[in-house]
Amino acid sequence: MSEFFSMGGNGAYVWSAYGITLAVLIWNVWAARSRLKRNLRLAAQTGEAEQPARTPKVSQL
Amino acid sequence: MKLPLWFHRLGSPPFVYRLAERLNPWLGAATVASLGIGAYWGLFVAPPDYLQGDAARIIYIHPQTAYVGMMAYVVLAVSAAIGYIWRIKLAHAVAVSAAPIGASFTFCALVTGSIWGAPTWGTFWQWSDPRIMSELLLLFLFLGYMALRAAFDERDKADRVSAILGVVGVVNVPIIHYSVLWWNTLHQGPTFSGTRIAMDTSMLIPFLIMLAGFTALFYWLLLRRLQAEIVDRERGTRWLGSLAREGAK
Repeated sequence: MSEFFSMGGNGAYVWSAYGITLAVLIWNVWAARSRLKRNLRLAAQTGEAEQPARTPKVSQL
Repeated sequence: MKLPLWFHRLGSPPFVYRLAERLNPWLGAATVASLGIGAYWGLFVAPPDYLQGDAARIIYIHPQTAYVGMMAYVVLAVSAAIGYIWRIKLAHAVAVSAAPIGASFTFCALVTGSIWGAPTWGTFWQWSDPRIMSELLLLFLFLGYMALRAAFDERDKADRVSAILGVVGVVNVPIIHYSVLWWNTLHQGPTFSGTRIAMDTSMLIPFLIMLAGFTALFYWLLLRRLQAEIVDRERGTRWLGSLAREGAK
């Protein structure tokens, strides 16, 4: 097993490359997910009232 | 020419949001399965390279992250162009979503390439190397695109100005690809050129599984970020109000 992790003396290179890639991968998934959650929460708070109605009322025509 | 209905729907934020929501578990599962199997195969099953030994196992992540970074830029540039020409806001939202993903994968490609360079080329970095420099430029293009957007308060203006940078920068993508043929570089030439595949099947299978996995990951992340961007842009609309309240319950 230790032979496997040493990767014929190149272990530090192989494992650091895989480790950094995995970390970036996990960050990506986390960042996308938390961004969506935060924006959904903000949208729920905003509601519709602040925005003008999209269809004009008869009085406006 | 009459376009089919589904094509028009691709410009509708609620339709695309719900489509992304449906695709999310499938893309997530495809990503986890292929990257899991591919990494196991590449690290445990595939043989070491006859010349580089086990250091060559970086080949299952380095070209893939570089490929995804370039693909992300093409997606960014094409959607920015569509958004600019036809004034489709959703297209700008796609471009915005692709940028941070592309930047992070380009960063990965540079770092893994640098780590790979140490045992094989005897150096982590070479400022005069055209492949390294064009790839570094790709990272700066992503970061520049994001920084330029951040400089505008108005989203419409940010969309239009950043789209120009996005489209102009796409010229760098073929430069990265052909840099190893046009100039002298430490980097090896293309492994796949035409029908010639300079890789043994025992390595080619995990290589392609990882490529598929990183591609699935890119589209998974892209749709997730696109959903977040749609929610941000559509705040206050009726469809999103009811959807967000349902989700908050």
